[in-house]
Amino acid sequence: MIRGLCFFLIGVAAIQVAGWVGLPKALYVTKAQPFEYRHKTHAEKSGSAECDGCHTLGADGVFAGLPKTESCAACHTEPQGKSAAEATLVSSYVKTEKETPWLVYARQPANVRFSHAIHTKRAKLACERCHGKHGESDTLRPYQENRISGYSRDIWGRSISRWKRVANEGMKMDDCEGCHKQQGFDTGCLSCHR
Amino acid sequence: MKTQKPRRYGMVIDLDRCTGCGACMTACAAENNVAPGHAKATPRTGLTPMLVQRVSNGGAGADRREVFIPVTCMHCEHETPCVTVCPQQAVELDKATGIVNQMPQRCLGCRYCMTACAYHARYFNWWDPEWPVGMERTLNPGVAVRMRGVVEKCNFCHGRLHEAEDKAAAAGKAEIDPADYRPACVEACATQAIVFGDLNDPASDVRKASRHEDSFRLLARLGTEPKVYYRSKQEWVRGLAERGQQEVRRG
Repeated sequence: MIRGLCFFLIGVAAIQVAGWVGLPKALYVTKAQPFEYRHKTHAEKSGSAECDGCHTLGADGVFAGLPKTESCAACHTEPQGKSAAEATLVSSYVKTEKETPWLVYARQPANVRFSHAIHTKRAKLACERCHGKHGESDTLRPYQENRISGYSRDIWGRSISRWKRVANEGMKMDDCEGCHKQQGFDTGCLSCHR
Repeated sequence: MKTQKPRRYGMVIDLDRCTGCGACMTACAAENNVAPGHAKATPRTGLTPMLVQRVSNGGAGADRREVFIPVTCMHCEHETPCVTVCPQQAVELDKATGIVNQMPQRCLGCRYCMTACAYHARYFNWWDPEWPVGMERTLNPGVAVRMRGVVEKCNFCHGRLHEAEDKAAAAGKAEIDPADYRPACVEACATQAIVFGDLNDPASDVRKASRHEDSFRLLARLGTEPKVYYRSKQEWVRGLAERGQQEVRRG
């Protein structure tokens, strides 16, 4: 009887461990960025640490997102050093005039409308509020893609259970809605969907 | 921080100006990523969030009169039938804009709303949307493509409202410039038969036009308070307003 109960409890424990530790690991696949990029170095060399120096917001409210290859080509017509990243950038993208297929940590599903103009200009939120200290980073952190949904892990957040969630972690609809409700803003569906 | 005061977007369509060219239908499909019709699609199973209907007075020879009536979602304001019947809460009347919003991601495809809609303004996606190779580049990034199995309809080109809001926010303004928000059909109409704007704004053209003595609404007797108005100087055209679609088709 006692022996059977022990086996049962061991089994339950094993399943719990597999579910909470193993499954999250299996759910995400880590993908490599096309090449290494250092925000810190670029901020130092350009003399500007302002995000919107490269990630521009147009006067018409359209957020440009990531800079195009032609912006890179302004300095990187030839490799600036001997690193593999330099060689890849120049040979694969600058010379061929192709856009770099960056894996975007904060990419939302296609039916989500997020306005950088409204959040940064009207609500005066800092970029770091959602993107963390990405602009000061010396390396691109690993990009983890959900095998089922295809979305970045940043959308759900680091913690699978979302228990004791760190502030600003995750960009699910609940997270958007939570803040909007708190601030007393309109939460009509098509305000944030398209 | 201010947000914009509630608006009631609506439109007035001048039937005496409509030539039935169909530019509004084409502009609507292009703007809202409506895929080219499936080979098996019929007028009932195809997707025409804006549909120009041809109606006659039933006369023959010199007595015959015809009119083109562009029919779209009427954005009913009172007991909006589609909102009332939806079991998924996938449809809502947005208090901020007066626009009846359809959320395709929440829709389970039961089509109660299509039955409830007196104007046949709702359409079901019977097939996966498919574009001929190369044409996918013409897709509008501001509008999400709908999947097979969900209902869709006109939302007054909500993507354009988003663009206008973004522009206002970038300029530091709380209110959008009314000139920045015009649905695709309004823009495409060659005879400028459609006037669009905020019915709450006393200075707007749409409010004045909606209160003109020639203006009327389709099936106003149902009491759903549509925000799409029509106008015509012709008595018989105004008389069509209270007739059901079947009666109109029979002429």
